[in-house]
Amino acid sequence: MPGKLKVKIVAGRHLPVMDRASDLTDAFVEVKFGNTTFKTDVYLKSLNPQWNSEWFKFEVDDEDLQDEPLQITVLDHDTYSANDAIGKVYIDIDPLLYSEAATVISGWFPIYDTIHGIRGEINVVVKVDLFNDLNRFRQSSCGVKFFCTTSIPKCYRAVIIHGFVEELVVNEDPEYQWIDRIRTPRASNEARQRLISLMSGELQRKIGLKVLEMRGNAVVGYLQCFDLEGESGLVVRAIGTACTLDKLSSPAAFLPACNSPSKEMKEIPFNEDPNPNTHSSGPSTPLKNQTYSFSPSKSYSRQSSSSDTDLSLTPKTGMGSGSAGKEGGPFKALLRQQTQSALEQREFPFFTLTAFPPGFLVHVGGVVSARSVKLLDRIHNPAFVGIMGNTRSYKLLDWNSFNSDEPETRDAWWAEIRQEIKSHAKALGCHAVVGYSESTSICEEVCILSASGTAAVLNPRFLQDGTVEGCLEQRLEENLPTRCGFCHIPYDELNMPFPAHLTYCYNCRKQKVPDVLFTTIDLPTDATVIGKGCLIQARLCRLKKKAQAEANATAISNLLPFMEYEVHTQLMNKLKLKGMNALFGLRIQITVGENMLMGLASATGVYLAALPTPGGIQIAGKTPNDGSYEQHISHMQKKINDTIAKNKELYEISPPEISEEIIGSPIPEPRQRSRLLRSQSESSDEVTELDLSHGKKDAFVLEIDDTDAMEDVHSLLTDVPPPSGFYSCNTEIMPGINNWTSEIQMFTSVRVIRLSSLNLTNQALNKNFNDLCENLLKSLYFKLRSMIPCCLCHVNFTVSLPEDELIQVTVTAVAITFDKNQALQTTKTHVEKSLQRASTDNEELLQFPLELCSDSLSSHPLPPAKEHLESASSNSGIPAAQRATSVDYSSFADRCSSWIELIKLKAQTIRRGSIKTTVTVEKASPVGDGNFRNRSAPPCANSTVGVVKMTPLSFIPGAKITKYLGIINMFFIRETTSLREEGGVSGFLHAFIAEVFAMVRAHVAALGGNAVVSYIMKQCVFMENPNKNQAQCLINVSGDAVVFVRESDLEVVSTQQPTANCQSSCTEGEVTT
Amino acid sequence: MTSELDIFVGNTTLIDEDVYRLWLDGYSVTDAVALRVRSGILEQTGATAAVLQSDTMDHYRTFHMLERLLHAPPKLLHQLIFQIPPSRQALLIERYYAFDEAFVREVLGKKLSKGTKKDLDDISTKTGITLKSCRRQFDNFKRVFKVVEEMRGSLVDNIQQHFLLSDRLARDYAAIVFFANNRFETGKKKLQYLSFGDFAFCAELMIQNWTLGAVGEAPTVPDSQMDDMDMDLDKEFLQDLKELKVLVADKDLLDLHKSLVCTALRGKLGVFSEMEANFKNLSRGLVNVAAKLTHNKDVRDLFVDLVEKFVEPCRSDHWPLSDVRFFLNQYSASVHSLDGFRHQTLWDRYMGTLRGCLLRLYHD
Repeated sequence: MPGKLKVKIVAGRHLPVMDRASDLTDAFVEVKFGNTTFKTDVYLKSLNPQWNSEWFKFEVDDEDLQDEPLQITVLDHDTYSANDAIGKVYIDIDPLLYSEAATVISGWFPIYDTIHGIRGEINVVVKVDLFNDLNRFRQSSCGVKFFCTTSIPKCYRAVIIHGFVEELVVNEDPEYQWIDRIRTPRASNEARQRLISLMSGELQRKIGLKVLEMRGNAVVGYLQCFDLEGESGLVVRAIGTACTLDKLSSPAAFLPACNSPSKEMKEIPFNEDPNPNTHSSGPSTPLKNQTYSFSPSKSYSRQSSSSDTDLSLTPKTGMGSGSAGKEGGPFKALLRQQTQSALEQREFPFFTLTAFPPGFLVHVGGVVSARSVKLLDRIHNPAFVGIMGNTRSYKLLDWNSFNSDEPETRDAWWAEIRQEIKSHAKALGCHAVVGYSESTSICEEVCILSASGTAAVLNPRFLQDGTVEGCLEQRLEENLPTRCGFCHIPYDELNMPFPAHLTYCYNCRKQKVPDVLFTTIDLPTDATVIGKGCLIQARLCRLKKKAQAEANATAISNLLPFMEYEVHTQLMNKLKLKGMNALFGLRIQITVGENMLMGLASATGVYLAALPTPGGIQIAGKTPNDGSYEQHISHMQKKINDTIAKNKELYEISPPEISEEIIGSPIPEPRQRSRLLRSQSESSDEVTELDLSHGKKDAFVLEIDDTDAMEDVHSLLTDVPPPSGFYSCNTEIMPGINNWTSEIQMFTSVRVIRLSSLNLTNQALNKNFNDLCENLLKSLYFKLRSMIPCCLCHVNFTVSLPEDELIQVTVTAVAITFDKNQALQTTKTHVEKSLQRASTDNEELLQFPLELCSDSLSSHPLPPAKEHLESASSNSGIPAAQRATSVDYSSFADRCSSWIELIKLKAQTIRRGSIKTTVTVEKASPVGDGNFRNRSAPPCANSTVGVVKMTPLSFIPGAKITKYLGIINMFFIRETTSLREEGGVSGFLHAFIAEVFAMVRAHVAALGGNAVVSYIMKQCVFMENPNKNQAQCLINVSGDAVVFVRESDLEVVSTQQPTANCQSSCTEGEVTT
Repeated sequence: MTSELDIFVGNTTLIDEDVYRLWLDGYSVTDAVALRVRSGILEQTGATAAVLQSDTMDHYRTFHMLERLLHAPPKLLHQLIFQIPPSRQALLIERYYAFDEAFVREVLGKKLSKGTKKDLDDISTKTGITLKSCRRQFDNFKRVFKVVEEMRGSLVDNIQQHFLLSDRLARDYAAIVFFANNRFETGKKKLQYLSFGDFAFCAELMIQNWTLGAVGEAPTVPDSQMDDMDMDLDKEFLQDLKELKVLVADKDLLDLHKSLVCTALRGKLGVFSEMEANFKNLSRGLVNVAAKLTHNKDVRDLFVDLVEKFVEPCRSDHWPLSDVRFFLNQYSASVHSLDGFRHQTLWDRYMGTLRGCLLRLYHD
């Protein structure tokens, strides 16, 4: 028995009244783990029972510990009839299985019922005694840490990044079992919740086993998804990146780290690895040694044979190596060779990470994506034999007994897609894919599988053990600073995989860069960006005939290429309209519905200093003789040019003028470039490739030859920029802003619109969809106006088509405030940066003045400083006078119309310890009576509910994450048969999402945490039937529970500190200095 | 294209104070949107009416969900569903329990029963406060009344503890509960010039001095009598007040009292002659009020009597407030020099409170 689980039920509170006669409840609790159940005594006639039970002990395998959730059911005792269930709490005890994570789960959990929602709370204490029996680690994988965060977690360092891990499990969906016809909705929902919980546990355990096999100790960027395939079953799949992580143990280690993260990174190669296991020959080591002896030609031949779907890429890649030799000298070639061979050992050289340790990413090729349309068949299951009555606790389905062939089908589907991605990456001269993700969209029996990522060349240092350090160091010294390095093309310019226009890098002027770069990753920390970034979305709908099975799948796969093409064109147009040249965090979602397909692409546009200035957009008419038409065209052209100019001003894009001689190449012509390689296949191996570049057109010209094109141009111009003081992006942080203050507000917003079914056209559909998204954004800006100046980060749109005429858009994002006074900071020239780097220590003190002057002098040499200030202030809506000095509290006082502002002031008060601000707080107090706050404070101050922050980002501004407590992965179903009474669909879903947040917070708090980072709502499936007054919703969320400490509590060095810290990853990656 | 569903849920519950006020004031979503548009918010923020509509709906939904918790404010503090910072929780509670002066004047001293609730329609029409808001305020009064009705200990403390109200608001509620319990008449035309504040001030004095709780500070009072000690007037004390009648019934005593007062105030009072002429009437009025308080009916008419017997006569003679103060001080103090009068403590307990009340009630 490798583990003993101990559970104590302490008390309940706010229970619902279960006995109408007495207005009280006779509650007791059932505690169940696996097949063992314990019960507490009945606590008579109370809504706040105090059970104070003994310790219930379960002796279990660690395999079960990983798979099974602890199930706590609160019931109302009834002498004469069956006991009524009040609700349940599922507790995932996985966090207790890592040595470094939580040691005890203790706290108040909301008691949840799938029909009634939260009904009171229960106080539970859970502990696990693990007997460390290492030999038993065959089936279980206790001790492998999981992180949703798609970067190396803040208080760890990566010793080795092993690579891609994936797994999926399949089961029959309880909702579609025959038994569902006779059981209550509650029983059905609970069966589903429990099953998914079990499957998640199993999946995680299996992935953990794979990680152990690879000699890793953690999974980073863990993404688990459910495919509700309806009749054909339920698939739970997960992908992640296996790593060997090393905890930065002493707290002192992070403090300097916030000054220069590079320091910690720098030490890695020299560090004695504290974990000897990782140094021992893992599976990759012998192979790596082999690669030294490989001649280049050998290595390439190997490569071409390694993949059977390879599209004769050998010559391209071969040439690539030639150019690499030219550019980087022998070291680069060697590096490439090593990396390639190291990666080749892996079936899929994929990384789910989106942010990397400095120096990890060498070159970025572009976005690679693949989609495949599949028909779902009913999972072949032996007849369900679980006829076990309807009350006993039956294990829903033992999928192990019959899922043997099914996961393989799904596995094969994904393997096919991954193979395709791999070959696309190779075509781009890249041996790895980063920022990799997978998704599905299901409608009836049709399923679109999608995968996308960014082709990249990686530095092998993190991929294998530190044996290459010697030459690596040398190489890095030679080639760094590579702040522009990742922009340099990894493929050969003479044999490009697609037509692209190359110029010499605007930063180092030595190597070639493309004119536009699309990626799925976050902006690398060392990239030089001019101005600010912005959220760019392409939205598209296509009608499709209703069809069945094969015909439907064919129709969809025929439509897909056109959709991809148009989405891509829209993105490119919008990017140019913003005057930017690169997209980060690109996520293209194609959703399939009964009678339409929706495409939504979101990305964050930026101006990379290393890439050429984007050209404008030219409009050409088809009938040049018509005078009025010409006039119209020129009018449009003017509008477009104005918009570009306006956007450049808005996002502060003013690249330094560079004389052409220095570049040594002609000014890049405005031309569209495709960095997107994708393909579709329809249940077959047929691979079609689509060239998304606009043929051989020289200039980027929009031809207005029909109404469609007209509409396209109009839609380009209808996108409204966010109101002043607001920025938005879908990456972790906003490029160009790096002075975040500590206020964050995570939110989820859901909208469903019903289309009028009358003669829907593509245009009308597009407009509806566009309006839906734009209005949603507008609403967000309005709602969060009290946080201005702020930025919406990690804006994540999800589209689904729940019914014929319904479009559902779900947005989750976080609003973060930033300090306007230093918001002026934009980019600095290279020289200045290195100067600053040299004096990092002084910078702390000098940062503010330094930024101001460097800003006005260098990056905006043209406009006079004053004008610049004013233009910036008009953006933020605050008079320049106020901004000129440091924070003036009294001037803010009247603006404090909301608590967010109030709290912000408070936070600053604490930090600066000024007396003046206390007065401000009083004034800002919403109640006129100045004494009110003081007097009423006592009753409110003793609130027992601790604040738990939630954010989709991997960090918390102004705070330091000191501990990761484990992964939170929760699945809830809520159903109602009294929709109207609960406030209609909006009331129902509003309450449910609020409840989900509450349950996540409660679990985090019980683990001893105070925040969830990398929070994501992976699924929000909403179904309604207003006629029957019914609705149902499924929500799946995940994230990492953490403990954070406010910087101001850690040390009071300067108010600049939080900025420096949260941006720690954004400072230079001086690996060599 | 119609919006089927439109929600926004923040990890920290967003509360817009302006919308909260509109909701509390009982406006429908449509009216609230119209009012917000009129406030110029669209111009300030560049939002559209649709955005405003969606935002208002969202806030209303949130408030609706919070209302259940606001009925028992400690629940709001301990619930897990809405993450609200303590300062905001306090604001939500305080605003929810705040009431309109116009409304409270209508129901002050009335029985908080279904009957009164039925009259809310009329009150709504009369005061211009929406019926919804009237209901909320009335239900708040009633809820607080019900909770503290059977409780021991200080009325204000109980209210504060169970409703987490600010000190000032808790005192106001204590007054409302006290008035409702004793059913003081406040609606007569004569009393219309008095504000809620005037009554609340009197209520506080009366709670402090005339209730069982006031004497309850002495530990001799047995527990059984502690019930409702802040809500009910001290019956024994009211009985004893009859003894004061001697001050006006005994002619010698009355004359002596008058001469003591007149001697002391001669030259100090602008309205001396009026005072001298009216002394006996005024004194008779004040003492008779005291003597009548044994009857419930007369307790209810306390304020009517005070205004009729004292405030109005003085006001018709144009006494300045300072003169009223001089007079009342001297009037109560002089009794100590009346050798034949034995109920000095009783007099002080009565007159001390009454003097405070009268001074507060004496205005236009």
